[in-house]
Formats: sequence, structure tokens, C-alpha cells
Amino acid sequence: MQVDPRGMRFAAAATTLVLALVLVTGNGWLLLAQAAVFALGAAGASPYALAFKRWVRPRLGPPAATEDSRPPRFAQGVGLVFALVGLIGFLAQAAPLALGATAAALLAAFLNAAFGFCLGCEMYLIIRRLLPATR
Amino acid sequence: MAGWAVLCVTLAVGVAAGVIMRRRDGVARDVRGDMDTVAAGDLGAELGERATLVQFSTAFCQPCRATRRVLAEVTAMVDGVRHIEIDAESRLDLVRRLDVMRTPTVLVLDSGGRIVKRASGHPRKADVIAALGFTVSHEPDAT
Repeated sequence: MQVDPRGMRFAAAATTLVLALVLVTGNGWLLLAQAAVFALGAAGASPYALAFKRWVRPRLGPPAATEDSRPPRFAQGVGLVFALVGLIGFLAQAAPLALGATAAALLAAFLNAAFGFCLGCEMYLIIRRLLPATR
Repeated sequence: MAGWAVLCVTLAVGVAAGVIMRRRDGVARDVRGDMDTVAAGDLGAELGERATLVQFSTAFCQPCRATRRVLAEVTAMVDGVRHIEIDAESRLDLVRRLDVMRTPTVLVLDSGGRIVKRASGHPRKADVIAALGFTVSHEPDAT
């Protein structure tokens, strides 16, 4: 599957905004909503990307190039893990855990939105290296 | 408020990391000291006559496709240079041995398979050509 890279940047910007609001308001429900977005994104149905397709893309026209959807989907999965850790922090009222995990996800989303750098994708080989060889 | 402080620190770290990454991404660095050697057997393909561009890729790598294009263009331009792409996931032995942390990572090998330059991230075409020029010109004094 191919995706519009501008939609990915748009989704990253929306994620950055939501996670920044989570930090400022300390609202765990908002993080839960973002976790749901990450889960949908990992399944290839990011609500932010859909919003881009529906409302923003018609104004911009077709993309100059498309990209493989697997890297961003993997990165959404990494984002989900951090969001879940953050939620555990909120539930356990462990502020450092809640803020730290949210900040990590925010950093990745910000790097993607501002620089087009996919931190979640970079995790792939590092995670793979740590796991024992399967073949 | 702790939340505001964490937000500001995170964004500051993000800007700094982004700027550093922009500057360093894809820049070919000299490999100093004991040069590791990669044999044709390691790669599962013959080395180029004068130089070889080894690209490590994964399925979850956005800039790998653009890197592949750049290296293919350079290979077509310069005689005696081969481009070999390696799926990092199926060659974790090589990934660990050569300490590849990111994809794409590009190694520039001389005719004997010595790693002369390496770059991680999407390299610019001019940089690849310069790295090849360096590699080929440093050939004769190798022992």
C-alpha cells in the first residue's frame, strides 16, 4: 500500500499537538484517545490521515510521490507502545512515567512533523538487532 | 507546571536533534584505524572491479528507496562500481559485525573490499561520487 507523505506529516503534526495538550493539561483521557489513534494508524486507518485525505488533500492536489505505508504503520505501533506506557503512568498516578512516555512519543511525532524524520522507523533495526536471530 | 516544563524541554531537544540529524544525515565519513574488510562471500555477490556501494535496507525504512535510486544512478555513471543492496533483517550477522544501527547505511568498499567510507541516512549524489573518487584514488598504497 502506498500513502501520501504529506498526509503522514499532517498526521504527525496533529499527534504533536494532541500530545502537547496531554502534557500541559495532564489529561489521561486525551492520551487514551491518542492511543486509539495510534492503534488505528498501525492498522492503516489513521483518523488524522483520513481527515487529511477528506479535507486537506483536495485543496493541495495529488502528491508528487507516494511512499510505502509499512514504515509509518510500524512507527504508529511504536507510538502506541509509548502511549500505553504513559496511560499506565496516569492510572498508577506515577507522574514521571506518564510525562516521560508522553514526552518520548511527542519527540518522535515532532521530529516527523518538523523534519520528516521517522524515529519510530529507526527503532525497527535496533529492536531487530536486540532480538535473537530467527534464521 | 511540570507539564509545561516537559513540553518545552522535549521541543527543545527535538529541534536540536532535528538540526543535528539534518546536518549529519547521509554524510560519508572516513573509516579510520583498522579497516574492516567485507568479502564477496559475506555479501553473496561479486565486488565491483574498482569499488562497491553496499546499502543496508529494511522494509520499514522510508529513505531506502531514494537511496537506492541515487546509488543506482551513480553506479550507472561510473565504470567498475557495483551497488549491492542487503536486507538488514536477513543478514543480522553482518549488521552486528559492521555495527549498522540505521537504515539506510551505505558502505563504500575499495576493490579489495576494505570499508573506506560509511554513511547513514539518505546520501546526496555528489557526496557518493566524491566518496567513490576518494576510494578509488586511495587504492594503490593499500597494503
